[in-house]
Amino acid sequence: MPVLKGKELRVVGFLCNWCSYGGADTAGVGRFSQPTDLRIIRVPCSGRVDPMFVVKALLGGADGVLVSGCHPRDCHYSQGNFYARRRLETLKTFLPALGIDPDRFQYTWVSASEGQRWKNVVSTFVEKVHQLGHAPRIEEAAPYLPLAAGGDSPRAPLRPLAYPAAGTLAASLEQLREKIRAALPELDCVIGWQQGFDALHATPLFMRKPEDVDKLTWGPLNVHNLATYLPQFKNRKVGVVVKGCDSRSVIELLQEKLVEPDNVRVFGMACEGVVDMARVQKTLDAGNADGAMCADVAPAAVAAEGDGLTVEGEAPARLKLADVVAEKCRTCDTPVPLLGDVVEGNASAPAGPAPDAPPSLEVLDAMTPEQRRGFWRAQMDRCLRCYACRNACPMCVCRDHCIAESRDPHWTTQEGNVREKLQFQVIHALHLAGRCTECGECQRACPVNIPVLSLKQWMNRSVRTLFDYRAGVDVNAVPPLLAFAVEEKNIKEHGL
Amino acid sequence: MSFARYIARGELARALDDMARGRVTYAPRREGDAVVFRPRAEGEEPLLARATVPPKGVIFPQSERLFAFIREKDPNDPGHTTVRLDSTVDIEPALIFGGRPCDARGFHIFDRVYLNGPHRDPYYAARREATVVVTLACNKAGSTCFCHWTGCGPADTTGSDILLTPVGEGADAGFVAVAVTERGGAVLEAANLPEADAARSDAAQAVHAATQAALDAQSPARDLSATPARLLERFSDSDFWRDMSDKCLSCGACTYLCPTCYCFNITDENDGGDGMRGRRLRSWDNCMSSLFTREASGHNPRMGKALRLRNRVGHKFSYYPQLHEGVVSCNGCGRCITGCPVSVDIREMVVRATEANEETPNA
Ligand code: SF4
Ligand code: SF4
Ligand code: SF4
Ligand code: SF4
Ligand code: SF4
Repeated sequence: MPVLKGKELRVVGFLCNWCSYGGADTAGVGRFSQPTDLRIIRVPCSGRVDPMFVVKALLGGADGVLVSGCHPRDCHYSQGNFYARRRLETLKTFLPALGIDPDRFQYTWVSASEGQRWKNVVSTFVEKVHQLGHAPRIEEAAPYLPLAAGGDSPRAPLRPLAYPAAGTLAASLEQLREKIRAALPELDCVIGWQQGFDALHATPLFMRKPEDVDKLTWGPLNVHNLATYLPQFKNRKVGVVVKGCDSRSVIELLQEKLVEPDNVRVFGMACEGVVDMARVQKTLDAGNADGAMCADVAPAAVAAEGDGLTVEGEAPARLKLADVVAEKCRTCDTPVPLLGDVVEGNASAPAGPAPDAPPSLEVLDAMTPEQRRGFWRAQMDRCLRCYACRNACPMCVCRDHCIAESRDPHWTTQEGNVREKLQFQVIHALHLAGRCTECGECQRACPVNIPVLSLKQWMNRSVRTLFDYRAGVDVNAVPPLLAFAVEEKNIKEHGL
Repeated sequence: MSFARYIARGELARALDDMARGRVTYAPRREGDAVVFRPRAEGEEPLLARATVPPKGVIFPQSERLFAFIREKDPNDPGHTTVRLDSTVDIEPALIFGGRPCDARGFHIFDRVYLNGPHRDPYYAARREATVVVTLACNKAGSTCFCHWTGCGPADTTGSDILLTPVGEGADAGFVAVAVTERGGAVLEAANLPEADAARSDAAQAVHAATQAALDAQSPARDLSATPARLLERFSDSDFWRDMSDKCLSCGACTYLCPTCYCFNITDENDGGDGMRGRRLRSWDNCMSSLFTREASGHNPRMGKALRLRNRVGHKFSYYPQLHEGVVSCNGCGRCITGCPVSVDIREMVVRATEANEETPNA
């Protein structure tokens, strides 16, 4: 590990000014021999270390990253390291999702007087990094595309998905319309869905006049999470129609005070599931030799009843809902909106049991770290950097001021390479830690179908394991990364 | 110069190998659920599906290095630095196979700006000249296709060097290949293919006519000649643009998927923190992004998404045609509609802007 024993590696150390930097100084003054691989960056507090710093270093070619701050309860700013502990522990559990060995990152506490401890910490960590060797670069990973080979096999939903008879559905929809018409005079608009450019697509509808309400539709094509639009109506009264999952986004927005409770009226409808358009298209295209000369030929009409979709037109078909339903609906345990001034539809719709891990995450889980690097390399290769994933996300509220595009600070370059693109996905996942309701809009919006949701699902699983927390269920809760506990139940101190 | 050859379906990969000798071929490939253009290996059977992302990146890369800069301190006078530029551009001869007429016509829209306008863009020019475009005529009309409104069409040859039309079925399936330009002719000759007989040429014509008819049945072609002026009349109608843009997320996916969108950003990227060396990059930019017009002062003349969407539609259907003999800079490929996460429909905006004015001409 010291330079004397072989080649130096690149290890970045973020040291808090008050304790660990002092500790390193003490070690120096005491002439303790230390490895020379560490490049120290002095920061005011370990709480200043944004997990992004660590990921940027690791994606950029660092072989290891060490963060060290004051011992818990010793923070110069009293609480900085408590926040740091939550963030850094979350980060540690997230790194494997990118195919990065979590042992390349460590955080610890060293006080200014602990010269000997500093020497031990840095020696142990650097030695571990040497055992791991040079960090493999994501841009050099062998492309790995298991999904392209048709490995995407839909699983049975955990609850039976069945649309009510057309008449029942129409009656519920009419009731919903009535409630909206009644509320409309007090509201700027009510956001719902209407038929889109063809029978296979719905599109958001902004109802301002009573006659607009007639256009409101309900069904499995209402894929969009309309909560995304709420923050832009600041200080205006607005209504929104939600499915069960969408209601969690509204709760999260209320919880974070990104919308005002007095300004938003929620019109809920119990939900039987929405479709994944890519799957529908694939199913309709199947049997079209020569890879479908044109992939977007639309049917004349689509209707949902019972457990399927009836497609009329040039190629009539009956699609089973279970085959084409959105991934999130397979494991949905909130089909009935969790809040709503109005809730229509089958309010006693059964919820599925909450699964330990969403099925789509199993794809990532099943890979080796090397395969994961190859997976992201291959997937991100086609990313357009359009940021539709960000703009469709109800919880991404910086948008026009996103650090992905900012020149000050200059976080990502305009380079079209995998590293910069993945870096952005990491920004999104980290900023959504403990806030993401897994609505899946990020992935649905991606025009080139990059499975970016799985990164957030991974993150959410970490948050659930560490903090026993789920976003968007309790208006009064505080997202776990905006809080801390002096004694953390599920974080054990890392010995170094 | 125009002549026709026949490629049997089973011969396509071989013929492509011959046409592409000495060139990198870009052909559609399925990645996940998307179809993108990727370098093709010799012998590889190309996908014929219409790509999700058009091939514009081959000639106008998503991100390209214009030059590298290296600052050097004068050893005798440390206060003095000189800047060295390295502007070598690496451009390989290429061939794009399998784009559609709307994709190829996109290059023509670019040409008017980057080749034949007041400034000739050397990077674009070099790539454009090094690239042969082999296009596949459409035999089906997608639900978002409206090329027949815009002067393009399912067998339009503008921007292409060779046009392939799929004919026949089953064992008799193949392509009639027509050389559109001289270099297309040379490339096609190299493939050593039999001449397309009259029956097959007629079959190709029939495919063109049938697809055109399918498009007309789906939505009759519109006369867009009045649209540029009509859109200008709508310029200050904020209610109209609010209604049109309500659901837009301002993400810009539409522009990156568009074969005719050509706006770019230029940034200097430092290699290392000391600012002594770095690169100047040109990368795709889009009018739907707030940064596109944000000024150094912080002021943004296009504050909201309504004004940004107005620019996108206005540029394509009003400002560009007014500068370019009425040519609209939209080829009706429909990708912005299919790829938009919330299905914003450019056809609807164009029609509504045009029609509403017809009712109230001085509105
Ligand atoms: S996740 Fe649940 S509430 Fe959301 S669309 Fe699917 S079934 Fe409906
Ligand atoms: S990150 Fe994706 S899944 Fe999570 S809230 Fe945002 S859009 Fe929804
Ligand atoms: S939406 Fe898809 S293509 Fe666009 S930036 Fe996100 S991951 Fe990339
Ligand atoms: S029109 Fe659609 S794709 Fe374009 S910026 Fe708006 S939401 Fe994004
Ligand atoms: S504006 Fe839309 S329809 Fe027109 S060329 Fe661009 S992507 Fe295609």
